[in-house]
Amino acid sequence: MKENMKIIANRQIAKDIYELTLAGSLVQRMRTPGQFVHMKVANSGPLLRRPLSLCDINQEANECTIIYRAEGAGTTLLSQKLPGDTVDVLGPLGNGFSVSALSSGQRALLVGGGIGVPPLYELAKQLVKKGVFVTIVLGFQTKDVVFYEERFASFGETYVATVDGSYGMKGFVTDVIHHHRLSFHVLYACGPKPMLRALANEFPHQDVYLSLEERMGCGIGACFACVCRVPHSETAYKKVCSDGPVFRAGEVVL
Amino acid sequence: MNRLAVELPGLSLKNPIMPASGCFGFGREYAKFYDLSVLGAIMIKATTLEARFGNPTPRVAETPSGMLNAIGLQNPGVDRVINEELPWLAQYDVPIIANVAGSTVEEYVEVARRISKAPNVHALELNISCPNVKKGGIAFGTVPEVAAELTRAVKEVSDVPVYVKLSPNVTNIVAMARAVEQAGADGLTMINTLLGMRIDVKTAKPILANRTGGLSGPAIKPIAIRMIYEVSQAVSIPIIGMGGIESAEDVIEFFYAGASAVAIGTANFIDPYVCPNIIRDLPNVLDELRIDHISQCTGRGWNNGQTVYCGT
Ligand SMILES: Cc1cc2nc3c(=O)[nH]c(=O)nc-3n(C[C@H](O)[C@H](O)[C@H](O)COP(=O)(O)O)c2cc1C
Repeated sequence: MKENMKIIANRQIAKDIYELTLAGSLVQRMRTPGQFVHMKVANSGPLLRRPLSLCDINQEANECTIIYRAEGAGTTLLSQKLPGDTVDVLGPLGNGFSVSALSSGQRALLVGGGIGVPPLYELAKQLVKKGVFVTIVLGFQTKDVVFYEERFASFGETYVATVDGSYGMKGFVTDVIHHHRLSFHVLYACGPKPMLRALANEFPHQDVYLSLEERMGCGIGACFACVCRVPHSETAYKKVCSDGPVFRAGEVVL
Repeated sequence: MNRLAVELPGLSLKNPIMPASGCFGFGREYAKFYDLSVLGAIMIKATTLEARFGNPTPRVAETPSGMLNAIGLQNPGVDRVINEELPWLAQYDVPIIANVAGSTVEEYVEVARRISKAPNVHALELNISCPNVKKGGIAFGTVPEVAAELTRAVKEVSDVPVYVKLSPNVTNIVAMARAVEQAGADGLTMINTLLGMRIDVKTAKPILANRTGGLSGPAIKPIAIRMIYEVSQAVSIPIIGMGGIESAEDVIEFFYAGASAVAIGTANFIDPYVCPNIIRDLPNVLDELRIDHISQCTGRGWNNGQTVYCGT
């Protein structure tokens, strides 16, 4: 479950956004889109690991891809790593998106916000392989940070919105969904909490899966840093790292 | 001869390495990584009378060489710990040290009375040093008389030896240690986390929802060493040391300061295998130091090696 994985590529694909390709035998354990790895970037520097979602799993090549935003000390240090360097990876961790919720011929709507977009890529890949029709809606702050639009377009109709209107439709992902009257059998989403909350409120009677983000400690369920509440209970909880990060809408309090 | 075996009140340990309370849950997660029977003991997560949800998130923040946490003693309550967690842990050949918390003397006493009767609980760790709850916890850990009274009350009802977990958030830790020793404590565990805080530079708001939290990890190691060094010379009960331990060398340093066993907290989050790795490394470090038995290291930092026998 823990390995020093080798960096194959680490390149910038948008402002502060990097695409990291890693090789190692841990890839053979990676199956489910929406799972994450817990990464220790260097022996000196930041103490804790960083949770990073899997974006692409390529078992034939023994490689996986992760997309991250260089914002804090850990991810900035990671952005300076070169091919041939190694990083200490624990994983795969958590429960990802249920691909089996849909069968061939049904429709999925995939909605990603900002750095929540990457896990939807492997999800789209696996759904399309199953014969599911996918529609993708990606929301970003501004044009400079848009990534993977063409990549997603190869799987299905892809819409982009930016908050400032500098690219695609001006507004939020929910605006896109309304404007194009997008419908679905299952909705899968990953992104900031306000976005997830809006989607859950918008479609209270439909099958909606949401991937949550929370500051983590151990990443395996032992430290109780990343808990969230369960509706109608004072003490019940779910751990984002080990019960999630993907939950059914309504399963946890957003 | 098992060079790592140590005997402490209530505890016959095959080695002096145990995960620290709150950093290992009730063992279930780490059992997926290795056989928990390799551990000297396990300090389970703080247990209160009723279930507690704890504090709002974010509950952790990183700091230079450390982390802040404000979990807020989340736990399922003493009955579920006794009925579900302890029986599950009984499949492993490892003694359990139960961390007891509360907000009143009565609550501590009731939790201690019940949990000390569980067959695999070999000792209690009285948590009078949690900085993350409004009532109780650290309130009992900063005034010697209050800590002594609580220790006495818990000693009266406990079926197993009682270790008191000291807070570093005091001006005179020796006075605290002496007070609980006189009140009948069988041992000390130290240190708990140091009260700290971080503020987000962009939003000007505290990063932790609880605003303040407890600092742990390598950043606090020198403080732990200093406090154990002082306390071990002032009391005659054993000390289980903790605070920033990451390696077998760190363990030796804690022993030299005066510890008789050690606990490992934050380091489990960085490397889930840290405890078994340290257990594996310790004999090699003893070899390098030409020391036969780990117990010979205790207090060597201040007793000039008098009681230490150097092999060959
Ligand atoms: C996330 C977290 C939760 C903790 N929970 C508890 C607890 O429930 N009871 C307790 O006595 N100490 C608790 N502690 C303190 C540790 O047991 C230990 O005393 C402290 O972290 C110093 O050791 P370390 O630097 O190796 O982590 C907690 C520490 C952390 C980091």
